[in-house]
Parts: sequence; structure tokens; C-alpha cells
Amino acid sequence: MTSPFRTAEGGRIDRATTLEFTFDGQTHTGHPGDTLASALLAAGRHQIATSIKLGRPRGIAAAWAEDPGGLVQIEEPFPEPMLLATTVELHDGLVAHGLPGQGRLAEISDSARYDAVHHHVDVLVVGAGPAGLAAALTAARSGARVALVDDQSEAGGSLLAGTDRLDGAPAPEWVAAAVAELAGHPEVLHLQRTTAFGSYDDGFVLALERRTDHLGTAAPKHVSRQRVWRLRARSVVVATGAHERPVVFSDNDRPGTMLAGAARTFLHRYGVLPGREAVVFTTNDSAYDAALDLHRAGVRVQAVVDARPVGSPRREECERAGIRVLSGAVVTGTQGVERVTHALVARFADGEVGAGSAIACDLLLVSGGWNPAVHLFSQARGRLRYDEVLGAFLPAEELEGLSVTGAAAGVFDLAGCLADGQRVARAALTALAVRPPGEDRLPTAPEPVTPAAPLVLWRVPDTSGAGGHTSFVDLQRDATVADIERAVGAGLRSIEHIKRYTTIGTAHDQGKTSGVLTSGITAELLGIPVQATGTTTFRPPYTPVAFAALAGRDRGRLFDPERVTSLHDWHVAAGAVFEDVGQWKRPRFYPRPGEGMEAAVLRECVAARTGVGILDGSTLGKIDVQGPDAAVLLDRLYTNMISSLKVGSVRYGVMCGVDGMVIDDGTVLRLAEDRFLLLTTTGGAAKVLDWMEEWAQTEWPDLRVHCTSVTEQWNTFPVVGPRSRDVIGAVFPQVDVANEAFPFMTWRDTTLDGVPVRLARISFSGELAFEVYVNPWYGVAVWERLLGAGRPCGITPYGTETMHVLRAEKGYPIIGQDTDGTVTPHDLGMAWAVSKKKPDFVGKRSFARQANQDPLRKQLVGLLPVDRRTVLPEGSQIVELHPDGQLPPPPVPMLGHVTSSYRSAELARPFALALVKGGRSRIGDTVHVPVDGTLVPVEVTGSVLVDPEGARRDG
Amino acid sequence: MQLIECPWCGPREEVEFHYGGQAHVPYPDAPAEVSDEEWAHYVFFRDNTKGRFAERWCHSAGCRRWFNAIRDTATYRFESVHRLDAPQPHATELARSRRSTAP
Repeated sequence: MTSPFRTAEGGRIDRATTLEFTFDGQTHTGHPGDTLASALLAAGRHQIATSIKLGRPRGIAAAWAEDPGGLVQIEEPFPEPMLLATTVELHDGLVAHGLPGQGRLAEISDSARYDAVHHHVDVLVVGAGPAGLAAALTAARSGARVALVDDQSEAGGSLLAGTDRLDGAPAPEWVAAAVAELAGHPEVLHLQRTTAFGSYDDGFVLALERRTDHLGTAAPKHVSRQRVWRLRARSVVVATGAHERPVVFSDNDRPGTMLAGAARTFLHRYGVLPGREAVVFTTNDSAYDAALDLHRAGVRVQAVVDARPVGSPRREECERAGIRVLSGAVVTGTQGVERVTHALVARFADGEVGAGSAIACDLLLVSGGWNPAVHLFSQARGRLRYDEVLGAFLPAEELEGLSVTGAAAGVFDLAGCLADGQRVARAALTALAVRPPGEDRLPTAPEPVTPAAPLVLWRVPDTSGAGGHTSFVDLQRDATVADIERAVGAGLRSIEHIKRYTTIGTAHDQGKTSGVLTSGITAELLGIPVQATGTTTFRPPYTPVAFAALAGRDRGRLFDPERVTSLHDWHVAAGAVFEDVGQWKRPRFYPRPGEGMEAAVLRECVAARTGVGILDGSTLGKIDVQGPDAAVLLDRLYTNMISSLKVGSVRYGVMCGVDGMVIDDGTVLRLAEDRFLLLTTTGGAAKVLDWMEEWAQTEWPDLRVHCTSVTEQWNTFPVVGPRSRDVIGAVFPQVDVANEAFPFMTWRDTTLDGVPVRLARISFSGELAFEVYVNPWYGVAVWERLLGAGRPCGITPYGTETMHVLRAEKGYPIIGQDTDGTVTPHDLGMAWAVSKKKPDFVGKRSFARQANQDPLRKQLVGLLPVDRRTVLPEGSQIVELHPDGQLPPPPVPMLGHVTSSYRSAELARPFALALVKGGRSRIGDTVHVPVDGTLVPVEVTGSVLVDPEGARRDG
Repeated sequence: MQLIECPWCGPREEVEFHYGGQAHVPYPDAPAEVSDEEWAHYVFFRDNTKGRFAERWCHSAGCRRWFNAIRDTATYRFESVHRLDAPQPHATELARSRRSTAP
């Protein structure tokens, strides 16, 4: 295919290189520097897709991110939906097609890399147009640390899209010199293809850099495709320019209808004529530049249609060039099918449309004025004010650390933008106590011509008979003037409500062209000032950002850290099935060939109850508490007395919140008069340490005590079962393991081949048990020694599931599973762990509250299904039948719920723990648990089902 | 994302901190001697101020130290931060300043 609409020369494209691409199955060519849109226009193609609801043809209506029309799906090099043809840079082998407002995510996983960089600067300048470049130069020349980010492929902004001259030469030459100067400042970071998409508190700006998208298949694999810059600036200068605003009229969505400034961009930047015969419809002077430039480039400009009664001082310039200027006239509609063939032009005076005629054209350029791109300012909670002259919203206040300059601040002439950029940068530097540069020359720009006042015109009255139903406000959402009328007619007044009712501004472009129009039209319909209507809230992101980019490297294995013990490889080799406990990977059970979980757990339980089992308990939280007042702190935080614990001994302890509810439990080893080792639950470790720090720092700073986590410093291996004494005795022959010499709830330090080892008689199963503590460096060696010594007794490694069954059989609760933050130690049947001697501890006062004396509080009890078969699902509700065997009428009172439920090898039946209202008074009763639609009768028992006398703990 | 000035580490991003509620709510000297109602006020009741508020914060992902701050709950702005071993602006002072700015 040829490019019949490519100019013979000009544009910022590399004509020496030809790129081939495919759009909608057709092959086209373009050049480096093109966007997909400019290359399609060069081929004479305006239409990109059909619209989302109405199926109307839609084309390229703007030249950059504000385009509401040209959505495409990329197929090659990697499927990506919902991109704009105007912002996709052309590369060889690109395959794309148009999208009717909805795309398709890739079905294959994205192998590209995405990453993030934190960067701190004194001054961040967003936008490398004239104002932004002037600001960046001033900031850089002061020696400050500067970042300049701009969303296009090269710096220059509007200077790339016009014929401006600076210092007597084409403006792009000054741009190149400015970029070169910035590159020479070591403290300047200059990023192109980088969109600042969100502005947050304290100078925090997020920007997305598209690093390799423009390279297509030539993108190097080792370079991240996109990067999120997390910029923190002491001062932010917003120089984001302005978006041209259309005027709404009937059939204003027909391909070939385009913003006037966009046509200039396609001409000057890309060397493309967007048509052969143009009509220019404007309310202001800026579109005259488009008319004249296109005329000079060979486009037949049929007419400039100026809605203002007096027109413009530039009228003569046009007429000298032979361009007809119709003042006091408007475009009321278009004709054509998939492309504009005629513009319908009519007289316009005092808001009334008069007689009209059709003017033939294949390009209809529209300008309704300019909306400053205030997004980043507004996101940072800057207030906006409506400017009656511009018909646009401008920053209404100075924000600390964020200033707006250039067109974004309503400055539209080149000399003014340059001076304003410099002024704003100097003010920012001064506020940062950085001396502005002495030598800070601005280029000489031509004297600005004072433009005639623009006319604020949101819409042309619909004379087509369509009643506003084809007067499109938001092309992407197919939302029209009629939709706004319907919203207002339904009684809506708030612009936020109208946005949601009509969906205007909710598409990919977030209302860049439609937002202010909607405010204006709504104000007209309601008969109120536009200032009173206001705008909808600007929210990040400014342009769509892929989730892959936001996720960065935090994907897959790096999504959340995985914690493993030093035995992990051993567990994997032993065929363990793992479960996640917090961030930890813990073996759940070790199946033998052909074994499922149930069989494996029953086997492991039998081993621990009749022989010997071994568990990797290294994930248990461990906190080292040191200091002369360590015992005082622990006395205040545990419900039971810790200070009376002897060095060498161990005590079980419970911690409660001030509300008296259990928050964690565990054991405490007294290592010395002034030193304790606390063992917490795996999941509660960090929380308990925080809790202790909070009290020690904020309430009792006078206590001389320090706490630190030593979870990772110790492996813990419980060796459990009646034969555990044999195993420990064999591995540590120097330790007297007899019950009298090494009683329950004591600990001993010893060594194994010179490696320090701590042994403790702690049991979480009710069986005789020894916990072995060792530095993880020696963990595998010690574990294997224990296994070797246990082999004659059939030592069996077991996982967390067996650990749970064993503890539940003994009625030991898991805090957070058998409790839920509303459970006191008394509810758990642990009144014995609550000191009556201590005058106070955290939670004690709450026990005296009336609600805690209620005999109907939920209490932890055991449940035995009468059928001896059903494993009650955890979380099941518990109900009570009437004496006649019927359920009470709904709502059926719930007595409580099942908190833990397992199959017991020891009991040869399933059992459960449950929190039941007045549970202990119901022991011996039968209650019911609905399971799969039937009521399962269960007997209420005490919570200790195995060895209630505690006969086994000493072997 | 706000920057919060840790009195020990300097300005850090807000994700490094966690909130500890109203400051200067002391643990009663003798909990056994207060009424159920007074105890309930200590456990459950806190001010819900719009405007300047004395709060507790912890630099939990940094130095792990607690500190106090005066923050405006309407604008989120931190007015000042205070080490626990430094003199504290008191609730009474806050109350006075609230009264003086009241309409």
C-alpha cells in the first residue's frame, strides 16, 4: 500500500527507513517517528472502529492521549487491548485492529519484565513543552536535582506541531539545544515516553515509562518493557499543556472530523495531510493556524467557519491566501457514511441557527477552545475556577510544593509560556532555599499577537431533527446531548451524578475532551453558572496503566515473601505436602506411596501416641526478653505469674487485650533472672512482639527491658511420644533424661558435637515430649541425628495436621482458630492460667465486667458425633432441638459453632472442638449440627478427650 | 503517599507506619478501683475529633519506636511529632486552641 497522504517533505519522521505493519488485515507502511494513527492517515484511513453501543463508524479525532475515537487491539508483538492508535508508536511487524470500545486480554502469560524505580529530586517538571523546558533549564542551571518527564517520544510539546521560531530559527533547534544542555547537567534525569499519571501527597508523583514498546520485536529481553517511576519531589512543576476542546453538533462523530490542532500536529510532526478538502469550524483564533498551515501544504481549505459574529483579526490573512472565512456561522452537522463528505454550515446569531448549506469536504476540523490539562494539580486537591473568557477551568490557588505553568495555567502564547516556566521554576527554587541561576537566558520569541476574544460555545443547537441523539459529547461512551438532557430531566443536578448516569467521562480517555463540555452543557440546561456545576473529580491515572506495570516485579514467587525453615529441602525430599501458615511453608503431612491425607495423618498420630514422632516446629515465634525489669513486664502482660518462675523452668502463659480477650498463648522459658525466651504461635509472633513494645514504650517507659525477635535464630524440633525419652537419651547421653532429673516444664542446655543445643520438656500433645532447640545452621544435622537414633523405635516425622489433631484431642486451643477475639481464658476453661495473686495485669479488670460473668457465654467444649462417622465441617453451626425432636421455628437460635474438627486414631472416631453457649453446663447433652442438609446429633463433652488425667506427659 | 516525620529517622513514607489511636489515654493507675463505666471508657471510648488531634504512631517498618503527633484529621497534615521522652503538647492545650478557633 502507498501513502498518498504523506507530504513530500517535512515532519519529524525518518523517511529513509520504511516500516511495514498490518491493520485490520491490510498491510501498510510508515516510518520511524510515526504513530499508528499518523501512518494510517498517511494511507488515507480515518476510520478505526465502530462505536461501542451504536456501531457508528469512528475515526482518529485527535493526535495524542485525548483522542476519544481510535481504540485498537494490538495482536503482535504481544496481545494488548484498548490502546490508542494516536499513542502507539509504529514499529516493524506491528499487527493491530480497531476495537469497538472493548478489547481482549492476552490468553498467554506476559513474559516481559516490568519494574519500578524510586527517585528523589528537588524539582520535578512534568511536560517538556516550552514552559516545561524553560522551567527545567532554570532548575538545572541552579545545580538543583531535577527530573523532567514527558509522555511523548521526543521533547518539544507544541513546538513540534507548529511553525514557531525561537532565536530566529525553527523552534525544534532550540528544543534540541535545551535537551543537550540538560543532558550535560549531572543532577538532571530526563525521561521521554514517560507519563506522570498520578500526583499524590508531599510531592509524590507516579510516572510510567514505556521503555521498549516502540521497539516491537526488536526490544531487548533484558530491558524492562515498562517502568513505574516513584518520584518524590520537594517541588513539582506541572507543565502539561492543554487539550483542545471540540464543539458538539449533530453527527460530529463521523470519521474525518478532527480537532484543528491535531491536524497541525499530523502535518508538522508526521508529514501527513489528514485530508484534501477541509472545512475549519472554530470559536477562537487558534484554528486559523491550522487553516493556513494546511492551505500552504496543499490542502484545499473550503471555508473557515467562525461562530463569532465579528470573526478574527486573522480573517484578512486567510482571505489573502484565498480562504473563505464565514463569520457568525456554525457547522450544524455532517454528511457521509464512513467518512465526512459535507459539512453543513449555517448562519449563527444570538444562539439561533439560521439558513445553511452543505460544503463538500473530506476533513472537518473543529476547535471550541482549549482546556488546560489540570489533572495533576486537581489530583493533588488543588481547587479549580471557571474562566468565563476561556470557557475552561484553571487552577484557583497556589499549592505548597506544586505549581502549574504554561498552557496548563492558561498561558497560551509562546513567549508567555517560556517566561512563565522560568518564573515558576525560580519561585520553586527560592522556596527550597536554592539560589536561582544568575545566567538564565530565555530564547527570543516573536511578539505575541493578541488574539480576539474566543466565543464559549459548547454545542450547536440541533436542527437535524435527531433531538440531540446524534450530538456526541463522549464519543467513546456513545453519550450525547440527549443523554445529558435526560439526566437533568430525571432530576440530577450534581455533575458527579450526571457523569455516572450518562457514563460520560468513564471511558479510557476519562473525559479529556468531554468533561468540560458536560459541565458547560449541564450548566446551560440547568440555567446555572458553569462555576456552580464545576468538574468531576480528577483521579489518577491520567492515562490507563497496565496492571502488569503496577505489579512490577511483585509477581509469582516475588508476590509475597516465602519463609522456609532450614529443613525445607529435607521436607521436600521426604515428599511432604506443604501448607501456608502466614508466610511460612510448613509440611502438613508426609504421605507414603499411595497414602492420602487421612491415612497419613492417622498413621502419624498413632506413631506419636504409641511410639515416637518428630515435628519441625521452627516456625514458632520466639522472643528474647532481657533486662532487670523483664519479669515485671511479663507479669503485667501475661494473665499468670511469670516472676515466680525459676531459672531452668518453663511456664505456659496466656496474653489478653485490655478487653480481657485472649490474643495469644505460648510458653515462657526463664533463661536467667533477667532473661526470658517467649514462644508464641507461628502466626502471632510479630503481633506479640509489637504488643510488648507498645506497652513497654508507651505505658511503662521506666521499665528496663528490651525485646527482640529470635524466631529465625532457633530451629525447634518437638520429639513426641512414649519413646521420645529413648531417642533424646541416645542422642544426648550426657543429659540425664529421667523424669526426676529432667521434669516436665523444665529446660536444659547441652551440646552435640560441640554445638549448643537446648532441650525443653514441653508437650503440645499430652505425650512425653522433648523440644530440641538448635542454631538453624546445624538444623539438618541434628534432625538427622534424631531420626537415626529414633529409627529402632520407628520415629515418624509428622506435619501440622497431626500436630493439630494431637493438640485438639487434648483440648489445647489454637488462638485464632478456636478463638475469635471474643473469648476469655475462662471461656477456654483456663481459669487456672489466670493469676489471682497479681494485683493487676492487662485484661484483668475486664474479667470483672458483668458480661464476663454470664453463665451463657460461649465456652470451649468437645463434640462427639453420635454416629461415630461424620467429620463435622469446621465453622458448622450448632442448634438444639425441642424435646419433641423438632427444630425451633426460624430463625433457629444458634448455640455456637465448630472451631476444630478431625478424625482421631486414638478415639477411633471423629471429634470436634466447639464454642457453645453455656457449653460446660451442657456436657453430656446431645445437640445437633446441620451437615449437608441433615441434622447430625453430637454429644457435648469436656474439651479434653484423650488422657484427661494427664497420665502420659511423663512417659 | 504522605511523608511522616519519624522523630528518630526523619521523613519516611506512610506505609512504614502504623496508627495507634488517640494519644494521652493513660492506663488507669488502679484499674481495680475504677467503675465499670470508667473502665469501659478507657477500653472502648476515644475522641473523634475533626481537626487537630493528638495521636500515637509507630514507625513499625523502621525503627519500631512509638511517638506522638499532632495531626489535622480533616487535612491529614502532621503539625508536629514528639518523642515520648520529650515534652508533649497537652490535650488541654489542644482543647484551648480548638476553642480559640471555634466560630
